Amino acid sequence: MSAGLLTPFDEVARLLRQRRRRLVSADLLLWRVGGAGLIVVALLKVAVIPLGVWTLSDMPAGVVWFNAMDVLIWALVWLAGWGANSAHSLIGGYRFLAQALSYELPLMFALTAPVVAAASLRVGGIVMAQQDLWFVVWMPAAFLIVCLSVVAFSVWGPFSTAAGADLSGGVLSELSGTDRMLVLVGRYALLTAGAGFAVTLFLGGGAGPLLPSWAWVVVKTVALLAVFVGVRRRIPAVRPDRFAEVGFLVLLPVALVQLLVVSLVVVLGG
Amino acid sequence: MTLETVLVVAAALFAVGLYGALSQQVVVMIMMGLELMINAIILAAAAMWWYVAPVPDGQVLLLVILAAMTVEMAMGFAVALLYHRGRGADMTDMATDLSR
Amino acid sequence: MPVPDASVSESIAFWILSILAVAAGIAVFRVDSMARATYALAISFVAVGGTVLLLRLDYIGLITVLMMVMEMAIMAIFMIMLMGMNPALMPMSMVHNNKGAVGISVAVFLILAAGALLVPWPIDGRETPGPRADRTVELGNSIMGPHMLVMIAVSAVLFATIVAGLVLAVPRGRYQRFGDDLQHRPARDPRRGGVGR
Repeated sequence: MSAGLLTPFDEVARLLRQRRRRLVSADLLLWRVGGAGLIVVALLKVAVIPLGVWTLSDMPAGVVWFNAMDVLIWALVWLAGWGANSAHSLIGGYRFLAQALSYELPLMFALTAPVVAAASLRVGGIVMAQQDLWFVVWMPAAFLIVCLSVVAFSVWGPFSTAAGADLSGGVLSELSGTDRMLVLVGRYALLTAGAGFAVTLFLGGGAGPLLPSWAWVVVKTVALLAVFVGVRRRIPAVRPDRFAEVGFLVLLPVALVQLLVVSLVVVLGG
Repeated sequence: MTLETVLVVAAALFAVGLYGALSQQVVVMIMMGLELMINAIILAAAAMWWYVAPVPDGQVLLLVILAAMTVEMAMGFAVALLYHRGRGADMTDMATDLSR
Repeated sequence: MPVPDASVSESIAFWILSILAVAAGIAVFRVDSMARATYALAISFVAVGGTVLLLRLDYIGLITVLMMVMEMAIMAIFMIMLMGMNPALMPMSMVHNNKGAVGISVAVFLILAAGALLVPWPIDGRETPGPRADRTVELGNSIMGPHMLVMIAVSAVLFATIVAGLVLAVPRGRYQRFGDDLQHRPARDPRRGGVGR
């Protein structure tokens, strides 16, 4: 067992040679699709994030594409829970859907705030509109809601009850070998893609004094990712049924008020 | 990909949805047939928009269709849930009270 | 001016998506488990959303994919709640009047396809579309301007749907939650909420 920087390689090697589990009457097709799809969704999200001046696809509705991809995660995590034909993983899948319903509406409104300020659904247009002032300065509530949703859709930290220890791993409980590696890597990839998108939308993308813009995107993404990773074990897990009231009674009005403030600033000539 | 081919594909989807809506006994499977029919209508409306009149006002019809589908699904599932709670059944063959 | 002929890659993408949509639609009524039926329908919707994207409607196509995957994820929960099946695959086919339904749907398909192929669609007087990047803005302008009635009507209908859905689905009313004099706070719910109400 090596510690420190070699741990990721060690874990990958261990999981690659571990035997994959076969369960009685598991729905194998849906289970594998749910497990392997998380990385695919993370890569699809990265396709619209500009790395400085380069981007894979500056589609005209890039923000809506990001939102559509994180709704695919709903389906994938539930399928990973359902396909294993096991009680604990099924409960994990249901927990994820309950929590996703609570953060999704505030996320959609929070993603609309930079769109209104930049008057464009294109991610490139939003980066260009932040040249004077980063959006995080006058949209902090939207930034916090997007960060919360990134942590939540990656089944991470305070929102990891779907993979919780009280369910012996929840969605992860019946996975082993390559499937487990794909789901774990998928979680990390989603967290990184979400951090990159939050940086692009609120922290100015590649703007910064000395380094080239792609280096600034990497630096800012790593910084935000470090905050997310630091939050993992410092905040206790949030129960999805308790979070429902928080999502609808606190986060949704905050997102709407934030959107109102942004719209007023844009209309009155900011 | 001409207008005629897209409309034929939409007609095929509509026919599959109609088969489901007519032949299934369970309420939620009937609703899946209805969803497929509205799916076909979305495709046909988008094709009409692009090939006949790509004006911005034409997209409003697609938004209306999406809203109609949402309403239908919400109400359908609420009623199915009520029915299941009241009778413990989910098949339409047991919902023949009006005929008595 | 009528649409120029589609490029080869567009035609290939369209045929792949169309075959996927129709095959997934047929699979909804043929597969052996409820979760598979629901996600076959989700695949059909995603294929139609992709075709709408091919028809240069970016926002509508992406919104279709988003809404439909979300709805299918929730519909899977309802399916399993109402029909109580487990992930094992068991043949399930509960139909009535199968032959009649097949006959009617084949007849409807033939009539609609004949209509699609024989009607002289007015594609000659087609105006040139605006730039693709502006399409969403123009949709927004038209629904807040000349078509404001649509916006008002759809908003009222959706709000009524939310209220009606909750009224129908929630089994407890005000009196069970707040007591006979409607004064008991916090409400008597099976799960206490996170905000303490």
